This record gives sequence, C-alpha cells and structure tokens, in this order.
Amino acid sequence: MFRRERSIPLRSSAAALSNNLSVLQLPARDLTHFGVVHGPSAQLLSAAPEGVPLAQRQLHVKEGAGVSPPLITQVHWCVLPFRVLLVLTSHRGIQMYESDGSVMVYWHALDSGDASSVQAMFARGIAASVHFICVGTCSGRVLVFDIPAKGPNIVLSEELAGHQTPITDIATERAQGQDGVADMVTADDSGVLCVWRSGPEFTLLTRIPGFGVPCPSVQLWQGIVAAGYGNGQVRLYDASTGALHVQISAHARTISALDLAPEVGKLLSAAEDTFVHIWKLNRNPESGSIEVEHCHGECVSDTQVCGVRFCDPLGSSFAVTGYDLAEILRFGTV
Amino acid sequence: MSVRTLPLLFLNLGGEMLYVLDQRLRAQNIPGDKARKVLNDIISTMFNRKFMEELFKPQELYSKKALRTVYDRLAHASIMRLNQASMDKLYDLMTMAFKYQVLLCPRPKDVLLVTFNHLDAIKGFVQDSPTVIHQVDETFRQLSEVYGKLSEGEFQLIRQTLLIFFQDLHIRVSTFLKDKVQNSNGRFVLPVSGPVPWGTEVPGVIRVFSVKGKEVKKMKFRHGGDYVAAQKEGSFELYGDRVLKLGTNMYSASRPVETHMSATSKNAASRAQENIVPNPLAKEELNFLARLMGGMEIKKLSGPEPGFRLNLFTTDEEEEHAALSRPEELSYEVISIQATQDQQRNEELARIMGEFEITEQPENTSKGDDLLAMMDRL
Repeated sequence: MFRRERSIPLRSSAAALSNNLSVLQLPARDLTHFGVVHGPSAQLLSAAPEGVPLAQRQLHVKEGAGVSPPLITQVHWCVLPFRVLLVLTSHRGIQMYESDGSVMVYWHALDSGDASSVQAMFARGIAASVHFICVGTCSGRVLVFDIPAKGPNIVLSEELAGHQTPITDIATERAQGQDGVADMVTADDSGVLCVWRSGPEFTLLTRIPGFGVPCPSVQLWQGIVAAGYGNGQVRLYDASTGALHVQISAHARTISALDLAPEVGKLLSAAEDTFVHIWKLNRNPESGSIEVEHCHGECVSDTQVCGVRFCDPLGSSFAVTGYDLAEILRFGTV
Repeated sequence: MSVRTLPLLFLNLGGEMLYVLDQRLRAQNIPGDKARKVLNDIISTMFNRKFMEELFKPQELYSKKALRTVYDRLAHASIMRLNQASMDKLYDLMTMAFKYQVLLCPRPKDVLLVTFNHLDAIKGFVQDSPTVIHQVDETFRQLSEVYGKLSEGEFQLIRQTLLIFFQDLHIRVSTFLKDKVQNSNGRFVLPVSGPVPWGTEVPGVIRVFSVKGKEVKKMKFRHGGDYVAAQKEGSFELYGDRVLKLGTNMYSASRPVETHMSATSKNAASRAQENIVPNPLAKEELNFLARLMGGMEIKKLSGPEPGFRLNLFTTDEEEEHAALSRPEELSYEVISIQATQDQQRNEELARIMGEFEITEQPENTSKGDDLLAMMDRL
C-alpha cells in the first residue's frame, strides 16, 4: 500500500525528541517545507514534489548563556488566518519567525525565576488557535500569544493554568459549526489532558486525568482527542465529556509523534519501537461513539522514530524522522 | 534538558571503563594482585564521597571534552598508564557501550537498572575491600534517593538528554558486530521481537468502551512485530535480580575487542564544526573540572611501586598505528584553556593538580599524563 520514496538528506541528524518533524504543505507553490530539530540547531528545508531538496536554512537559539549551547525542543509552523509563522521553542524561550525562517519577528524569554535550579527550564508544545499561538512551558503553564495579521506586534495575552508538569504537546481545531472559535487540547508529562475553548479568553472545558505515564503527543479531530502515551498506547477520548472510547495497544515503546489528515480523519502514530501506523477515525452518527480501524503499519528498521507527518491533505503520503538519522524518509501510496 | 543526567552518565561510563580495563589486565597477564590493586584504586577514586557530592548536584551535562578529561584522570588513578591511542580506544568502547544500553532500555527508568548492574559488577571487582564496597553502597543509596522518586516523564527527559549527548557516534565495535547488535554502518539493531517493557501491553489490541466505561468490544490488528509479555520487573533494591542484561559485563578474557574507525563525511562536517568554534565556555568547564577533581583523592604511592603500561591493542605496533591513523574528526581534544586569561584560576587548578601524586615513569612517560601538561601542549 505504501512504498519508500526518495529520502531528503539533512545537514545534521534528528535529535531524540518527541514531535520532531514539522511539515508545511504549500500545494499552490508545489512546495513542502520541513522542519527538524538537531539539538542546538534546527534545520528548515523546502522540497519540490518527488522530494527534490531546494533551499535549506539553520536556526539557533537566540541567547546562549550557560554551560553548553542551549537546546531546541521543538520547531513548528503555525498556520493562522492571515499569516504563517514558524515557532521555535528552546531552553531559553520562544522565537517566532516569518514562515521561511528568514526574519525573527518575536522573542519571548522564559522567566528564569520560574523554575527552581533542580528542574530544567524549557518551552515545548506549539499550536495555532484562530489568531493565537499557544506554547507550553516546563512549569505546566500554557502561554497564549495574540498574533496580529502582520508585523511584529505580538503580545502575550494570557497564561493558562491547568497542568502541574511540563507540557509535551498541544493540538487545536476549529470548533464545529462555529467561526472564530477553536478547541484546543494540551498534554503533559504526567499524561494529563486539558481541553480548552478559545475566545477572548480561554476556558477549560474538560480535564482528562493521566495514569502515571507521559503523553508526548496529542491530536484533535471532530471532537475526538487522540493521545499517544509513554507505554505505547493510543487512546481516543470524547473532547466534550472526557470519556474514554477506545484504547489501542498500538506500539511496544513510547509514542513519539502523532499526526492527523483532517479532511479524511486519518491518524498517524509513530513510536520508538521503529513502527509507524495509520488509523482511520470515525464518529458513529447514531451512537456518537468513536470508532477506529487500523489501515497500515510500516517498520522503519533500526530507527527510533521521533517525528512523523502527513505530507498531503488526503493522507496518502507521509514523512518520518529518526534519532541519529540525517535524512527525512518519505513514504507514498503505491 | 534534564539536570539530573550527569551521575548516570558518569557511573555507567565508568562501569564500562572498568569492564574493559579488567579484560585487558587479564589479557595482558598482569599479576592478579597488581590488577586488583589497579581496579581498587580507580574504583575508590570514582566513588569518593566528595567527588560524588559534586557529581550529584543538579547541573547541565558538560561537553564531551570535559567529561573525557575526567576519565583520563580516573584511568591514571593507579600505577597503570595508558598511551593516547589506548585511552582513545577505551573511551570509544565506553561511549558506544553505554549508548547502546540507553538506546535499548525498554523503559526510560530502566537506565537506573543499567546503572545498578554496573554497580553490582563493580562491587564484584572490590569484594576484598569492605571500605570500597561501603563507598559503592553509599552511592547506591544516593541514586535510590535521587532517582527513586522521579516520574516517568523526568526519566524520559533524562533519556533524551543522554541520547542527544551520544548523537552521531557510530563507531563500530567488533563484539557488537559479531553479536549482531550493531550493523556494519555503525547503527544499532533495534529488535522488534521479545518481551515488551514492564507496564506495556503487547501491541495488536483495540479495546472499545461504553459511555459507562465498560469494555464492550475487543479487536485485533496486525502490528508487525513479534512481541511477548514481560515476565517480571527488575529490582531497584540494593540487592536483587535486575532482570535486564544491559549494563552487565559483556567482555570475557577470550574476546579481544576492536573498534573500527569509521566516520562518514556528514559526521565529519558537523563534528569539525564543533571543534573549530572556539569554546567560550572553557572557563565554566574549568570550574567544573576543578570542583570535580578537587574531590578526587588520588592515593599517594608509597615506596618504589613500579608502574606499568596497559595496551588496549594486541601489540605495541598496532597501538602506534592506531594513533597515527585515527581520523581527524574523531580525535578527542582535551580542554583548551586560555592560559593568558584567568591567571588565578589556573593557579588554583595547578594547586589541585599538585595534590595528585603521579609516579614518574622512567622512560615511557607520555607528556599527556599531567593535566596541566596536556593544557600546555595545546
């Protein structure tokens, strides 16, 4: 069903982080942008169809005080109604760039008085929600930035408290049947999930308790929360009630990344066990219960997968990054 | 990343170092009492209380250079001497072994079991010295105290920090190649069969729940691996069955261990970058070394104790050849100090180093024995 296609070489290998691949699809320009974190640097590159690499750029953390060069935790494109920004989170703070990474438009330093010296300090977890960009921190707080249609006048408008352990991932989707409103789910290192509704202020809708295992990756689709856990499970919850509908023993090691193709309801799961799986999500129109079907499994030999993304809206192709791997692997439908 | 990584890194690398030294001492037919003394001296230096205190303070990981310098010092805490080439090979073996162990840990917290495996073996090396055993037990207690209460999320962060430290190291080790745990391109084999980690279910099951939370349907799917359930959990107590084999001694007297230098051009580019950029953090690292080594008590040798040179290779010629043919990008540079700046700190370090008594080797002294000498060389 899927076959390996041409890989895209990277200047440097991918780091063993979660959600370590961001993809920006630009079908109108026949381009795809990829973003991968190496460690102290992140690499952005753009590729033509068939994976032919075009331009590439490296980004670093803005301020470098400390014993060793500060590490980047995540790089992610945020698609907003009027612009696309590239967000980079690190052990120093949050950097936002124009989508090609050429110009930094905003820098937010993490408050060092925040965490004690016993804990590491970092930002992690990035998502766009209407005209906001939300970024998680190691304290568990989620920072909400108000983004103007253009220019650098970005403002920290709110700090959400709902988590006590470091944020791992954030996912958003437009609220069903409502314009200008989005739902958001935030996940943390203890496996707790919070579902929010955005607006002038964010409101907490539901809180789903953890079970002692981190939740490194989370997705949201049609009111379904898809969460990947450190014990290899993928769980599907109803976002409004928080009820667990489906529990999948999907992987033999921790999930490292999830992605969604929202137009078709396909879910991609990747884990440190070298496997990538594709699932079809469905909401039963009568009972309202969540259903899932396994579509495909792929073994990326001897590779601890750390990032995975669909590369087209129909989910017929996807890209994979792995720890120590200096290339982006691509898979397409036969 | 995590500020709790250094003790685990140091102890496990130290454990691997002792495994290799033990094997080489036996292979080179060093008399039993001398060999035991060497290991005893190194182990008692490693587990010195003041040293451990410094190590366990929450701190970021230091550079590979700084860490390598500590092991250079440690390896010379006895009457044994190692040439540069042998020290390089020793460090290669240590790092690749621990990288392998971290990568293959079923759960992130299993790195603690790996550490305990090393400590268990270390106690075996010094079973005739109750004082040293006590030191190791103390460290065990400290590990349990610090890491016993960490969450899975914190262990995952430690794991990620360790893997970032070991990123891009692909030195091929003959034992690993022979055992088929490493591919010929230097990458480790990640098996997709065997027991799942403790706390993980065998993949392949989909459970559907009702609104009330009752399981109403169970389906299977083909996940592609060949996993079985875990039998039991390893013990985190002072004594106990660790279950996990990672971190136990894989060397035996009959298996000579070779490494193959292989560096792809890609690795060379990024590593050359690392070495060319002047290290503005040398001062911080010097501080760290001074504090760490200030706690390292080197036994003063009494009487005309003759030292000896250990060779990690089978012949002297091999060792010489290895020194000459080591690829540029894989050379371990020791800390480069701006000798002109910070006179006071250099004096302080010199004072500390002065407390380390090193037996003068009559003819074979390599200039690299003394840390200051190493610094002067650069």
